[in-house]
Amino acid sequence: MGINLKNSEVPIRENRLGSIVAYSGSIKEFGKQGGCSGCDEKKRCFSQSSACNNGCAIGQLFSIYDAAIVEHSPAGCASIAMASYLNDLLVTALGKKPRENSGFTCSDMGESDTVFGAIDNLKDVIIETYNRYKPKAIFVASSCVSGVIGEDLESIVEDLKDIIPVPIAPVHCEGFKTQIWASGFDAAFHAILKYIVKPAEKKTNKVNVLNFAGGTSWNSRADVLRLFKVMDVEPTFILNSATVEELQHLSEARATISTCGALSTYFGNGLEQEFGVPFVRSLQPHGVIGYEDWALKLAKILDKEKEVTEFLAEEKKIYQPQIDEFAKKLKGKRAMIAMGPSYSHNYARILEEFGMQIEHVTSWHMDDKYDDGSMPDALKYIIENSKQDYKFSVNELQNYEFVNILKRVNPDIFVTRHPAGMIVWSMKLGIPAYNVRDEYTAFGYKGTLRFVKALYYTITNRSFTDSISKHVKMPYNEWWYQQPAETFFVDN
Amino acid sequence: MTKILDEPRYVCALGALQTVEAIYKAIPVVHAGPGCTAKVSIGGRSGYLGTQTVPCTNVGETEVVFGGEEKLHDVIENSLKVMDGDIFIVLSGCTTEIVGDDIDNVVGTFKDSEKPVLSVPTAGFKGTNIEGHEWVVDAIIDQYLSKRYFGEKIKGLVNIWGPVPSYDPHWVGNFRELENLIRELGLTPNCIFGEYRGIDNINLVPRAKYNLLVAPWVGLGNVKNLKEKFGTPYLHYPTLPIGAHETSLFLRTVGKEFNVDSNLVEELITRKEKEYYYYIERSCSFFFENRASSKMFSTVASADYALSLSRFFVNDMGLVPSKQYITEGVPEEHYDRIRQYFKEFNYEIEAEVVFSNDGYQIHQQIENDDYAGTPLILGSIYEKKLASKLNGTFLCVSTPYAERVVIHSSYVGYHGGLKLLEDLYTSVFQKFN
Amino acid sequence: MKINLKNNEVAVRENRLGSITAYNGSIKDFAEKSGCAGCGDKKRCFSQSSMCNNMCAIGQLFSIYDAAIVQHGPSGCAAIAMGAFMNDLLVKAVGKKPKEHSAYTCTDMQESDTVFGAIENLKDVIVETYNRYKPKAIFVAASCVSGVIGEDMESVIDDLKDIVPVPIAPVHCEGFKTQIWASGFDAAFHAVLKYIVKPAQKKTNKVNVINFAGGTSWNSRADVTRLLAVMGVEPTFLLSTSTIEELEHLSEAVATVSTCGTLSSYLGNGLEQEFGVPFIRSLQPHGIKGYEDWALKLAKELGKEEEVKAYLAEERRIYLPQIEEFTKKLKGKRAMIAMGPSYSQNYARILQEFGMVVEHVTSWHMDDLYDDGTVPHALQYQMDNAENDYTFSVNDLQNYEFVNILKKLNPDVFITRHPAGMIVWSMKLGIPAYNVRDEYTSFGYVGTLRFAKALYYTVTNKSFTDNLAKHVKLPYNEWWYHQPADAFFVD
Repeated sequence: MGINLKNSEVPIRENRLGSIVAYSGSIKEFGKQGGCSGCDEKKRCFSQSSACNNGCAIGQLFSIYDAAIVEHSPAGCASIAMASYLNDLLVTALGKKPRENSGFTCSDMGESDTVFGAIDNLKDVIIETYNRYKPKAIFVASSCVSGVIGEDLESIVEDLKDIIPVPIAPVHCEGFKTQIWASGFDAAFHAILKYIVKPAEKKTNKVNVLNFAGGTSWNSRADVLRLFKVMDVEPTFILNSATVEELQHLSEARATISTCGALSTYFGNGLEQEFGVPFVRSLQPHGVIGYEDWALKLAKILDKEKEVTEFLAEEKKIYQPQIDEFAKKLKGKRAMIAMGPSYSHNYARILEEFGMQIEHVTSWHMDDKYDDGSMPDALKYIIENSKQDYKFSVNELQNYEFVNILKRVNPDIFVTRHPAGMIVWSMKLGIPAYNVRDEYTAFGYKGTLRFVKALYYTITNRSFTDSISKHVKMPYNEWWYQQPAETFFVDN
Repeated sequence: MTKILDEPRYVCALGALQTVEAIYKAIPVVHAGPGCTAKVSIGGRSGYLGTQTVPCTNVGETEVVFGGEEKLHDVIENSLKVMDGDIFIVLSGCTTEIVGDDIDNVVGTFKDSEKPVLSVPTAGFKGTNIEGHEWVVDAIIDQYLSKRYFGEKIKGLVNIWGPVPSYDPHWVGNFRELENLIRELGLTPNCIFGEYRGIDNINLVPRAKYNLLVAPWVGLGNVKNLKEKFGTPYLHYPTLPIGAHETSLFLRTVGKEFNVDSNLVEELITRKEKEYYYYIERSCSFFFENRASSKMFSTVASADYALSLSRFFVNDMGLVPSKQYITEGVPEEHYDRIRQYFKEFNYEIEAEVVFSNDGYQIHQQIENDDYAGTPLILGSIYEKKLASKLNGTFLCVSTPYAERVVIHSSYVGYHGGLKLLEDLYTSVFQKFN
Repeated sequence: MKINLKNNEVAVRENRLGSITAYNGSIKDFAEKSGCAGCGDKKRCFSQSSMCNNMCAIGQLFSIYDAAIVQHGPSGCAAIAMGAFMNDLLVKAVGKKPKEHSAYTCTDMQESDTVFGAIENLKDVIVETYNRYKPKAIFVAASCVSGVIGEDMESVIDDLKDIVPVPIAPVHCEGFKTQIWASGFDAAFHAVLKYIVKPAQKKTNKVNVINFAGGTSWNSRADVTRLLAVMGVEPTFLLSTSTIEELEHLSEAVATVSTCGTLSSYLGNGLEQEFGVPFIRSLQPHGIKGYEDWALKLAKELGKEEEVKAYLAEERRIYLPQIEEFTKKLKGKRAMIAMGPSYSQNYARILQEFGMVVEHVTSWHMDDLYDDGTVPHALQYQMDNAENDYTFSVNDLQNYEFVNILKKLNPDVFITRHPAGMIVWSMKLGIPAYNVRDEYTSFGYVGTLRFAKALYYTVTNKSFTDNLAKHVKLPYNEWWYHQPADAFFVD
């Protein structure tokens, strides 16, 4: 399915990419069935709270340095605005001046608005937001309420175009429309592709790096810059702290690359299809194999293979022996992973590089195909190359399911990423856990060394895990642990 | 080898005047130059006394040329009139000792005065303020407590020694929490430092059944001296108990050593740990789910904090130690024993100890080490910029201490561990806002 | 007595300026006896700890941005190196990058050094300090110990001149040599004048502003800069955060001014005598009269009197009515002051401007004459103009003396400046107190308004003082309060 920027909204992942949120089986089985499309889609008759596409879309857009967000919703939907200080860290790290105000407002819908609609107030809020903060663009986010009562967000673009001299971009991220929060990435990027990015006037030496929070990560910025320097290009980290002007010129980049397949599919493919920016299709740059694949595929597009090959050889000589020293100590350790659909398979590959035994992988959802029709690269790699056949499940943050599995598997370590607080449940069970909070944790050889050390130390010093598991109780009844994890799956 | 003191982490022996000031209504009488008191008053806080109220001979050219004994005599004599004190302790400085004032002789003339007058040679070139602390306590034992009989031993009475007043930024709170722990065991704590602890507490020292020293090395001479003079057995517990793991161990050890009913001890520990883990459970997602959460750490601190924090972060929090730098000029005789303390962590984890007061070299070593991610540096204010340069996490725990205002808080005990986590993760949190 | 830069050291204030540290009388009595010279100095047979010239000298030099300090003494003498972080605040405020290390080292003298001397180790430390931090100059500070054992600091200059390519400046601030810490200012400035300042090659539009910490003070930097801009000149704030290069060029300034007579006597007069930079002799810029005198005398030197008069008139129009609104409420309130010799007399004048009754002034020392042979201006003003003959005393931070006076006088407010913590003793007695911590507290009309307001609010809400006084006890015996404050003076 091609990307169509004429449409006011992008279809959700369930419909567009054949994505699923419930599966229980093994990785080889999943591969044999041909991925999601070969599995029956399931629902659940018991579920726990997940995350929504609105949070995901706004989370991305809110980090643009000089845009404003107007949330058309009741107050709770705008709660993310309370955390605007989080943006300041990165902004400061980049040597920019933190904004005085977040530029994130909300139409604060009340009961009567649900009866009579609130488009006029929304317009007033947009104008007021513009007048207060003079943003370079305004993203207007829909919510469950605005969606249910059928507010026409597109109408305001027309109505305000003579009053507000900057782009107004509706973002269709009504929470009830999808079970997959990653659909919110697509909604956000659709708005950027449709309303912000301009056709290229020239080519620059920039490479678009689609990531979550590049720059707050420990040392990541320096490591990416070092590699890119070898290829004589500069990264534009997006969206975090990017300016609207930078976004307008994304079309002029030499390539687009990403740390996460789930994040980048719509934007990377959209920039390629609409603006001719080559999208690097590779493993993500995590662990040795992923990093090398990522670097070399980018090098190929930029015609710098020789330079990069040399650079990698030099780095590998330094770091690989150090990595091996720690990997040796991890050999045979049993692990369980629970992460997003791209990171989970990338990290499964890394643990295999370390010689660890993977017992189980849980992905928060799974895409059948990306927007270019290809199977997610990290998944494909595992299906084709993994010597192990481990248990694999898909669940959208269903804590009771992965806790059930975790307790049964009782691995030496649990490795997860987000949302915040995940590893706690493992530690409460007495299972050491490591949180890959930083998306660049295992970036390159250096990052891989950091990661292998951190894993080793996590397994070595179990003190905290031991103590907390002795003193706290999980919120589940003993009965639940005796049931299979997929007990509450029901057919669609 | 060049003897260079670069970015000092201690002052000279005269700094022991802060030990005297920590005893309520003890009056130091300083026989030294006019600026000495002000300089060695680390932190410069005032209480009942303050830097400017300390009697001092303000030794000048006259005293250097003709001797300062007469001046000292006058100042002691008039101190007894002017100052409302219960015990007077003369501390001598560099000049008066070099020119050879017979201080003992001068002080001896006050042996019949209503209030005790003692003297401690604390010339700056003789040692550090930490050693000076020990000398002051010995002077109280030798020149005051040994001179008369204070009464029989009192059942369950425990003298508490350890934190060095003012040098330990949390000393007041730490003493108080140690007292509380002893009290929770059904024993009676006695401490001569802090909150209105004064001459009455000094007078109780020989009557205690036990001495408890909670420090890796400072004060060891004092408890040995007390054993010799008054036959009081001592327990040397090297670690300030911070957090659940160490505090429970502390209570068990003290309980066993001081004959407390083990059922009472275990009941107490169960109750305290349950409370502690309520708060830990509520907060631990932040500890490990944060971008700035660290796996490895270094302390750059005095031995007591280096050891206690290492044990907390390894045995409670599950972190792994990188090199631990001990900076207060520990006398070499204690090196081996202290190194051994750093080999007794959970899971046979060990830490390399570096004894050095040279921050310049310490910083170079830290910069060359790998912390498997964000370094966690627990040090003095000198380490703040280093941590920031390394994009690390920093908590100020050691002198010079200038990161936060300490009024009565403490890192000791179950609550102290939580307070430490509050302080540490506040600084992590503030990296994000 | 002329300043002589050929000498290795400058004489202490007791000998050079006839300064005293003990007096008890009244301002008129002091005037009638023609100041210190007529009163003579006293000693004390009971004293409390004061401060030393070493602290004062290093305190100044340590704030130079790119110099190093080597303290030749035991570890305690280098204790102020622990306060290095305090320099960073000012450094950041002026837009510079804080230093990674303070570059303040010490020879950490031990017992054997007192017997055998330690000049060789001192040289090693100087070389090591240079190699570590590459400072633009190294100040080597003497201590009591190095002085008593007779270390020859000058010898290191020659011995190291081929090894260390930047000026090495010995600073003679052995603590026992003087009871007056301000002698340390002179020792520091002597080193700066002798080893750092170079002859002028051109004239610039800079004015040297000798002050303590210009720039950390609340808004002061902006206020000073605004006034100087009217005269077409720019300030060089000394010594805080200045660079060695800036100090080398002090000779090229069009004038020197200061916020404090005590601080500036040696450097201001030295720059005038040796390098021809006019030193502005005026009241210090505190309160209305002081500010106007300071501004106009500088304007006269620069030929900008018309501009400054017009500027002052405009400012007066805005601020005087506001100041008056508060001084009205302060009228008749009784006050006691305890500060350094220049600030105390300047602040007495301000309180008089507010219509308050000055009951007593204590100065931490008193200079008979400055280095140019003039009587301190702020003192002269009081001797000539004070309406009431308030009691006046001189004591070098003798807490027991001023507490004795304070308790007897029981004023409505006690005003002091430093060292830190001074006001606490007054509040413990139940007497509200205000700490003029910031040297620019009442700089100009804006500052004077701030100060009048702050004083009024201090007198108005006594809650903290009341509560504290009820719960604490001062460390003195009741007996002491019944003695005269000068009970322990001896000839």
